[in-house]
Amino acid sequence: MHTLYNRALGGRSGTVGLALLCVLLFLIFPLALDNFRLNMMSKYLSYAFVAIGLVLCWGNGGILSLGQGLFWGFGGYCMAAFLKLEAARNIAAESGSDQIRALTTVGLPDFMDWNQITSLPYIWYPFKSFSLTILLVFVVPTLLAYIIGTAMFRRRVGGVYFALITQALCWIMEISFVTRQGWTGGINGITDLRTCLGWDIRTKSAQIILYFLTCGLLIGCILIGRFILSSKLGRILVAMRDGEDRVRFSGYSVSKLKTFIFCVAAAMSALGGALFALNVGFMSPKLVTIEPSIYMVIFCAVGGRNSLIGAVYGAILVSYGKTYFSEMFPNLWYFLMGGVFILVTRFFPDGLAGAVDYLGPMLGRKLFSWIGRAQANFPAAVVPIPVEANEGR
Amino acid sequence: MPLILATSFAELKDIFLMQGFAGFSLFAVFLLMALGLAIIFGQMKVINMAHGEFLTVGAYVTVFLSHMVVNHAPKLLPYYFPAAIVCAFVVAFILGYIVEIGLVKYLYNRPLDTLLATWGLSMILQQACRSLFGAREDTATLPEWMMGSWSPSEGLDIPINGMFLLALAIVMVLLVYALMYRSRWGLKVRATMQNRAMAGAVGINTKRVDRVTFALGCGLAGIAGAAFTTIGSVSPSAGSLYIVDTFIVVVFGGAASLLGTVLSAFTIAQSQSILEFFLTGVLAKIFVLVGVIILLMIRPQGLIASKVRR
Repeated sequence: MHTLYNRALGGRSGTVGLALLCVLLFLIFPLALDNFRLNMMSKYLSYAFVAIGLVLCWGNGGILSLGQGLFWGFGGYCMAAFLKLEAARNIAAESGSDQIRALTTVGLPDFMDWNQITSLPYIWYPFKSFSLTILLVFVVPTLLAYIIGTAMFRRRVGGVYFALITQALCWIMEISFVTRQGWTGGINGITDLRTCLGWDIRTKSAQIILYFLTCGLLIGCILIGRFILSSKLGRILVAMRDGEDRVRFSGYSVSKLKTFIFCVAAAMSALGGALFALNVGFMSPKLVTIEPSIYMVIFCAVGGRNSLIGAVYGAILVSYGKTYFSEMFPNLWYFLMGGVFILVTRFFPDGLAGAVDYLGPMLGRKLFSWIGRAQANFPAAVVPIPVEANEGR
Repeated sequence: MPLILATSFAELKDIFLMQGFAGFSLFAVFLLMALGLAIIFGQMKVINMAHGEFLTVGAYVTVFLSHMVVNHAPKLLPYYFPAAIVCAFVVAFILGYIVEIGLVKYLYNRPLDTLLATWGLSMILQQACRSLFGAREDTATLPEWMMGSWSPSEGLDIPINGMFLLALAIVMVLLVYALMYRSRWGLKVRATMQNRAMAGAVGINTKRVDRVTFALGCGLAGIAGAAFTTIGSVSPSAGSLYIVDTFIVVVFGGAASLLGTVLSAFTIAQSQSILEFFLTGVLAKIFVLVGVIILLMIRPQGLIASKVRR
């Protein structure tokens, strides 16, 4: 019990941080935000999964991947494919009239119809089953990450080169998804998703339930991340980040370690993508290309690349800022965002989490010295306050 | 029957030649873009994601100059282009100098962070271009002699602006080669990039070398921008379309090698434009990218590796 407390929850400070996040996610947001904003929040949180994955593989493993959108996108597309097939079946069942049946191919997604595809491509067959889809959401991106990881890390392609190659992969995915219109919905992506196993995901109650599901899974991912980082494996990861050759010379297989953490990050991203498809109801190649992938890295950098909880705050803050400023000041928005990129990397390489770690104790000291001075001026109040204050600290 | 075969064969040859020449134009653009990046990324290890925006800046300088010339001194139209190239270089150079002092200087020991910071910079520069020049595409008025095409035989048309581009690229490569490998200053640059502490110890002002080298790379991107106006119209996001390609060219060539950059720009541009004839443009792009990535797995150091002990 004690080890679980120390490892998964991260001791006292970790528990406090996690508890605060839980209060924010499970109490404050549902009470304070209206339904529309809460749905937006689930959208932001589905990006937080990627940020958590990046904390593991970039912040702690030293592998910067600019292709996380790839895995996020594959997760999202798998889920969207299932939902789309269900929507297509429902439309076929509802229509009833022979006219519509004559106009469309029954049970085929609408964009396939538009592209003169008359029978379901084989790639789509697995997405008829829900359990298989859930499996594929994790398996496809993880397998892809495994292949990329093994191929790259075995040949000791790392650092900058890895980042640029993953970026190119992301681009390849975008352009191939855009061109294979009949299979993927092209530039519009897969839209108009309605129900999941007969449960209408567009209703108010469904959106609230999905929000809580997203939050729950997010906390689960944080716990898994904590567990990995506090294990021996996590220690070796950090060692590998700081001195790869030394770890290799100590007899560890660096490429396997890197591949493992890269796969974990990919699986988490994929989960986020699948939840995005459920929460938002569409998936498009514009969401998974180079630019969003860099945003995902920025979420992580703003939150603090070493802090799992910070990554969640980073994702929420940056996405919210993006929505808010692009609505309010569409011209200023790019200047602001660019400025944030520059300021964070230049002055706060550890992001918000670093700022909290740095400012927290300092503010604490200031507060206490102020209390101390107040006591000096009013000697009557000397005794009880410092004891309480010290305990509170 | 043999006659038909013969004519179609001749046509095929012309198509191949023309397609090959289209590859040369692409090669020239890649090469001009990659030259600056080969210095900034290859030598200085700064991942400058804003490199494309320096191209955009150079292109806008050229467009601006051409509008000025058309409106105020139409007689100068045939001669303004060389001046535009110089202006594009100077503006991009100064901008690069400022960026180095204000931002890149602090990030030399954190290469991955330069990527994020310069991405932010590229967003700012793009939006600045959008606010200053508008989001619409703009074109430069080209001098008369640069338009049209040259046809050495019937059925074969080689555009003059493509040849101009190629000539410019070759001249720039020779200049950069002379500067980096045959001049005192290039020696200082290479010394600083190979071993900063030792270079400082023998009396090289390494910070000054950093500033000027970075600015030079940006200036080269500005020249690429000026050249870019001869084949396409300029929009605020014109440069960012080429940034991934350019990085792939530099990485594939072997980051620190000038010859490698030339070879890889040639290979990528030619294979892309020849494949484009058989497949659609997008598929050709995918094939080339996948091919390059696979080759990079087999040979991570790139086509030509520098034999420097790190």
